[in-house]
Amino acid sequence: MKRFRFGPVLSKRPPFTAGDGLILLGLAALLYVGVRLAFAAPQSIAGPTISTSARALPWYALLSVGRMTIAYFLSLVFSLAYGYASARHRAANRVLLPLLDVLQSVPILSFLPVVLLGLSSVLPVSIAAELAAIVLIFTSQAWNMTFSFYQSMTTMPGDLQEAASVFRFDPWLRLKTLELPFAAVGLIWNSMMSWAGGWFFLMAAEIYNVGARDFRLPGLGSYLQVAANEGDMRAVLLGVGTLVLIIALLDQLVWRPLLTWADKFKLEMVEGDDRPSSWFLDVLSRSWILQKCSERYLEPAAERFDARLRRRAGRVLPALERAGEGHHLSATAIGGISILALLAGFGGWQAVRMLMLLPAEDWARLAVGLLATFGRVCLSLTLALLWTIPLGVLIGTRRRVAAVLQPIVQIVASVPATAIFPVIVVALVRMRGGVNLAATLLMLMGTQWYLLFNIIAGASAIPLDLRYTTDLLRVSSLDRWRILILPALFPYIITGAITASGGAWNASIVAEHVSYAGKVYTTTGVGAVIASATDRGNYPLLLAGTLALVVTVVAINRLFWRRLYRLAEVRYRLD
Amino acid sequence: MAMQTPSSESPESRDLLVLKDVSKSYGAGVQMYCAVADVTLVIREGEFVSLLGPSGCGKSTLLRIITGLNRATTGTVLYRGEPVVEVNPHATIVFQTFALYPWLTVEENVEVALKARGVPPGERRQRARHLIDIVGLDGFESAYPRELSGGMRQKVGFARAMAVEPELLCLDEPFSALDVLSAEALRGELLELWLTKAIPTKAILMVTHNIEEAVLMSDRVVIMAKNPGRVLAEIPVTLRHPRKRQDTAFLAIVDKIYAAVAGRTRPEAETLAQAARKLPKARLNALAGLVEILVADGGRADLPRLGADLSLELDDLLPIVEAGELVGFCQVQEGDLLITPLGRLYAEASILTRKEIAAGRALRLPMIRWIYETLQRDDDRRVDRDFFLDKLREEVGDFAEDQLDVAISWGRFAELYAYDKDTDELFLEP
Repeated sequence: MKRFRFGPVLSKRPPFTAGDGLILLGLAALLYVGVRLAFAAPQSIAGPTISTSARALPWYALLSVGRMTIAYFLSLVFSLAYGYASARHRAANRVLLPLLDVLQSVPILSFLPVVLLGLSSVLPVSIAAELAAIVLIFTSQAWNMTFSFYQSMTTMPGDLQEAASVFRFDPWLRLKTLELPFAAVGLIWNSMMSWAGGWFFLMAAEIYNVGARDFRLPGLGSYLQVAANEGDMRAVLLGVGTLVLIIALLDQLVWRPLLTWADKFKLEMVEGDDRPSSWFLDVLSRSWILQKCSERYLEPAAERFDARLRRRAGRVLPALERAGEGHHLSATAIGGISILALLAGFGGWQAVRMLMLLPAEDWARLAVGLLATFGRVCLSLTLALLWTIPLGVLIGTRRRVAAVLQPIVQIVASVPATAIFPVIVVALVRMRGGVNLAATLLMLMGTQWYLLFNIIAGASAIPLDLRYTTDLLRVSSLDRWRILILPALFPYIITGAITASGGAWNASIVAEHVSYAGKVYTTTGVGAVIASATDRGNYPLLLAGTLALVVTVVAINRLFWRRLYRLAEVRYRLD
Repeated sequence: MAMQTPSSESPESRDLLVLKDVSKSYGAGVQMYCAVADVTLVIREGEFVSLLGPSGCGKSTLLRIITGLNRATTGTVLYRGEPVVEVNPHATIVFQTFALYPWLTVEENVEVALKARGVPPGERRQRARHLIDIVGLDGFESAYPRELSGGMRQKVGFARAMAVEPELLCLDEPFSALDVLSAEALRGELLELWLTKAIPTKAILMVTHNIEEAVLMSDRVVIMAKNPGRVLAEIPVTLRHPRKRQDTAFLAIVDKIYAAVAGRTRPEAETLAQAARKLPKARLNALAGLVEILVADGGRADLPRLGADLSLELDDLLPIVEAGELVGFCQVQEGDLLITPLGRLYAEASILTRKEIAAGRALRLPMIRWIYETLQRDDDRRVDRDFFLDKLREEVGDFAEDQLDVAISWGRFAELYAYDKDTDELFLEP
């Protein structure tokens, strides 16, 4: 079985191109628009009243899951359309792919304040907050799914494509028989990852609150926060229990059945031995009613649908090679891109003009904040590596340990760090440097699982013959780590660390500035700078902080992680 | 009432497919790579034609041009007198790799071809079942391809191709991914369907690199050569079916084709001039093995026999022979491989002497000498791989990477220079 690494796929292009500059300029322009709108945002926003009664929980849970579901389906539609367009049209590919590459490394959460302020100036606050949450979750989910679909589209075996052409499949039949099935496994894996990651952002959006402006949303996240603030441990436990229950139910009733069902879409021509299984899918597929329904209604309906689409789009797609002949951008595309570039240029220029208004001491604060957050990110990554590597190797190489620990790890990891964060705040906030500690803890909690799961995957992928050989050579345990385990894990550690560091930067937005019992507690960091700018309405600083965070993270990604990633791909691949 | 005579049908109207001066090239300028050059070919109704040649001779490209999957750069492709501009609706392909959709059952795989042509569900199922029955897979309708053996999978491939009742059935090395027994059985079954006219197919075009297979099945063998891909010769096979591999007439045709494919060793100057451009993709230790076998066989061996004895396909054997010719260890004459005095010396030498001979002979090859001298001139005696790659790209374009890999492997074997994978550098060992 092909092992999935949980993390982004970095392209092989050079670290920076002119296109990247243009894209960053475009982002700056967009942020500028948001910040301009924010001038009209209400000065003080009273948040919703959150009840901690157990009876309110189902409703809150429904609201939270509803937001996730809407955002997920948006992401799915987006990734299919975007991936299809970039794979089918070479010309589009040249614009869409670099854009995706930047977007996936941008710290999404940093946009939250700007989006919240911007939307709340044109819409009622409650709707603005709802929209902002959905946009935020969408932007956290869409990119890896899109990449997965795009990659499937471009790595489809040539013979299967040729067969589709020779047997004259119309575009719909081709999508249904070849493209979607081939992409299914990767898409479902990435959907699971996206969904799990989405909780982190949902909870963050539900509890976002900066002093005078309370953007909270009724939902599980705010329920937990209020419960923690009131010291109501029973409610906290109830809330966490509900969250875990929902996550477990979705896993059992949605993701696992989907994954099991999708197993038949694997390309391998040999039967694997570790195939996924799902009791729920078994129940469904044995159901007499469902079978009859499918025979009586579903199949004829699908048949009619296929026939109609064939009449509508009844042409055979050009053979592969000719589809690729459109190397050159069409005139309209060039026109559109130039208009967009002009707009980006103008917006970027305006953004720069606004940044000029910012006094030097604010820039200094920002620089110090960036450094402090960077230090926290490094610290949390190091801490996470220190405990995940030994445990991951233990679970990955010993079946018996895995049988006991894996389910526990999965449940603990399923709880989004931002849901627990309010509890941590309550526990630590009165200590000296408490917010600092809480922020580091949130980063650690948000990042360690990516590392752990990658390391488990990597450790279980170490070939048995290599392990036996190392045993036979009587290598000392230190050398064993040096020669075998660490090199074998390297690609997995890097992939995990890239995702983890992205998550840590994101966490800084909610972690460095907390309101508790009517008081605001902050620590030094870029997240705190952004939060206080949002609170006080210092829009140039908000723009500067958000842009600085975006540029820093993209630069670290390109200059540091990409190199390690390439090294891992070239030097330490085991297959 | 006019009497119908065979002559009323002019030979042109029986031409199913006509290729005139067809060329296919990729890229442009120095990077241009010509896959197929000036191919002219006619396929008539009732013919079984084989396209035979070493890998890289463009035979698969030609098949894709004929079916309309690819378009020729220049030249015309006519099907029943009409130019082929899109995927040819009267032709279909049976793929070497079967190209079955692994997520569809056997029946669904056959049905989907009919569905694409708008055949309604009931009829679709009936025709699919009938075809599955014909190819002998009755009882496997609901099995998935991964549950089947290679031979059975290819039967599904045939059933799917026949489902659309093509006039021209194209086979792209259909038996080369199968084990020997399954391949032989399937060949027999296909021939039976074809010879008894149990299928409405008007002509079959088979791409292969297996000479015996071509002689066994087809009425005409079109031999292709590479660099650029072109038609070398057409050899008719008029033997009656069933053909026997041991018959002298059969063996004579096989020998004739082998001689045409392998050619004859050219004078040394000419060979070296060609080597200035390209090295064959073969390992020198394989050549050492070949030379030893040749000596053990008395210094002369029949190429087809040699291939069969070593169970090497034409694609694997020819590059080694070519390498042998280049370094002067053996010669090809009329389909036979002969050892040279130098080859004999090499085979009987000690390991050290062997290295010396290999180094001496390899240095006569312009590319290897160029690499060696470049390294000697360098102060550190270490040069980046990319340096050579860039220079080579100017000369051989897309082949540069392959060529450099061969040159590195030969130089290493002859202990002329070494290669550091971590730094991607070639260097002279002190």
